[in-house]
Amino acid sequence: MKIVVCLKQTFDTEAKIVINADGQIERKGVSLIMNPYDEFAVEEGLKLKGKDGEVTVVTATGPEGQDALRQALAMGADKAILVDPGRADIDEFTTATILAKAIAGLEYDLIIGGFRAIDDGSAQVAGRVAEILGLPVVNVVTKLEVADGKAVATREIEGGSEVIEVPLPAVITAQKGLNEPRYPSMKGIMQAKKKPMQKTTAAELGLDEAALAPKVKALSFTLPSARAAGRLVPGEAPEAARELARLLREEAKII
Amino acid sequence: MYFKLSEEQELLRKTVRDFAEEEVAPKAAEMDEKEEFDWTLWDKMAEMGLTGIPFSDEYSGAGMDNVSYAIAVEELSRVCASTGVAISAHTSLGAWPIYYFGTEEQKQKYLAPMAEGTKIGALGLTEPSAGSDAGAVKTTAVLEGDEYILNGTKIFITNGYYGDVYVVIASTDKSKSHRGTAAFIVEKGTPGFTFGKKEHKLGIRASATYELVFENCRVPKENLLGLDGQGFKIALGTLDGGRIGIAAQALGIAQGALDQAVAYSKIREQFNQPISKFQGLQWMMADMATRIEAARLLVYKAAWMKDNGLPYGKEAAMAKLFASECAMWVTTKAVQIFGGYGYTREYPVERMMRDAKITEIYEGTSEVQRIVIAANLLK
Repeated sequence: MKIVVCLKQTFDTEAKIVINADGQIERKGVSLIMNPYDEFAVEEGLKLKGKDGEVTVVTATGPEGQDALRQALAMGADKAILVDPGRADIDEFTTATILAKAIAGLEYDLIIGGFRAIDDGSAQVAGRVAEILGLPVVNVVTKLEVADGKAVATREIEGGSEVIEVPLPAVITAQKGLNEPRYPSMKGIMQAKKKPMQKTTAAELGLDEAALAPKVKALSFTLPSARAAGRLVPGEAPEAARELARLLREEAKII
Repeated sequence: MYFKLSEEQELLRKTVRDFAEEEVAPKAAEMDEKEEFDWTLWDKMAEMGLTGIPFSDEYSGAGMDNVSYAIAVEELSRVCASTGVAISAHTSLGAWPIYYFGTEEQKQKYLAPMAEGTKIGALGLTEPSAGSDAGAVKTTAVLEGDEYILNGTKIFITNGYYGDVYVVIASTDKSKSHRGTAAFIVEKGTPGFTFGKKEHKLGIRASATYELVFENCRVPKENLLGLDGQGFKIALGTLDGGRIGIAAQALGIAQGALDQAVAYSKIREQFNQPISKFQGLQWMMADMATRIEAARLLVYKAAWMKDNGLPYGKEAAMAKLFASECAMWVTTKAVQIFGGYGYTREYPVERMMRDAKITEIYEGTSEVQRIVIAANLLK
């Protein structure tokens, strides 16, 4: 089976977010990782590809994104494509337009992506890619089975889960719980550098300025207010518990 | 000069760090407390190929260089020195002599499964009256027909009992001193090969340290490693490389302790401010970081020299000497920064301080490293 995995490089989950003098999120000096939800997508692709299958990983970003692609190749993906948008002001529309264009030129049975990225968390890109390519999409999937040209996906819904069947090709977005991503092996790391990594640009794919112009514009960013210090409830356990219950009810109003 | 790691080395560091933090770190305190290694970790490391990093592909190795190997041991030791030494003793002491001195048959039979991690390796050199004085081994090997018969006792053997393949140094001709020694590959389970007591230690308590006992243990002749008479040479050559592994372990312990101390100094408050605001502690941490960086450069350089086919005995000794003393110094300071909490088992720095001490002792004490360095200077 031929599988395409869309991935994104994001800030490390432990990175300290700083707003710079221009009111933008400072990217300098921040360590980058593969979006953890995309790791689930890569793992699922590797599990499903089968003996003669192939996993191609695609990202729409500047050259720094190749670290995440290299990691996916080291995990076992077969090919990587990096498309440089050539502009900084990209939104979900731009990213999806680029990814769909890159994927349209490939053979595929299944497209997988993380259901959202941990940085901007908009959860739009995979769905937009499906829309552009005219494919069915199943979001927030925690279990996936593929057979006979069909995918059966279990997805989270409010208060339970839902099982959906779609014909292939389809777009699936991965939720935590879908699998346990493997660590790249040492041999995988050595093989990764020999695997093909195609670096191209949106312009080379035939997308002009107009096609890429973002539809939304972020006006400002603010950091959440600092968390207030915790409070210790003093006294013997029975009294303290009573006092804690009173505080939770009357002050915090959460019980 | 070029101080940047390659893309593969960077990815290896990230991968091993993720693995160490997610899988090893949560178990480190308990393994130390119980004096027991969790061998499910070994299986996971084997699956990732951490058990055969510097060996070529034809023997199931990862085909990486020694700098990569040093980085992996460093990253494992950053969270758990016992895990670091399990890999280091297996790779440098157990597998490497077979890789370097073994016949093709020996490599296929022993090295390949060791690199895959299905067999664990160890070196049997130290005895009650022989260690760095490798020529003084009292364990004997007598050729009888197609077999050597081994008799004697080895002590302080890292990966003992759990190890499957042991490279054992024994004397074949007492009259020739160190020129009358030989190395043998001995499998666990060989009749006459048993294990004595398990050592209870100050540090690296999860690392298995056992006595090996040979009583008329018959080893097939084809398990002679290298030539009869080369035992001493094989032992010293193995220790040269092993020192890079231990230096990397020491470096990792030191880095782990500094990382803990930096994080703690930012959250611990005294006199209404984080203790990181006190210049006295800032200077302490600056000195810790500087020594660690110096140690790192020595360790990577020794590994790089090995990778490039240059003589590296002196550099490996320097790296081991400096990195181990750095680890002891840095971990002591880390405990100091943690204050009373640092002295308790609630925090990992006391374990790191206990673990650091052994790096000044095994695979040649700091004094032996100075002898090696001086001998190189004065030859």
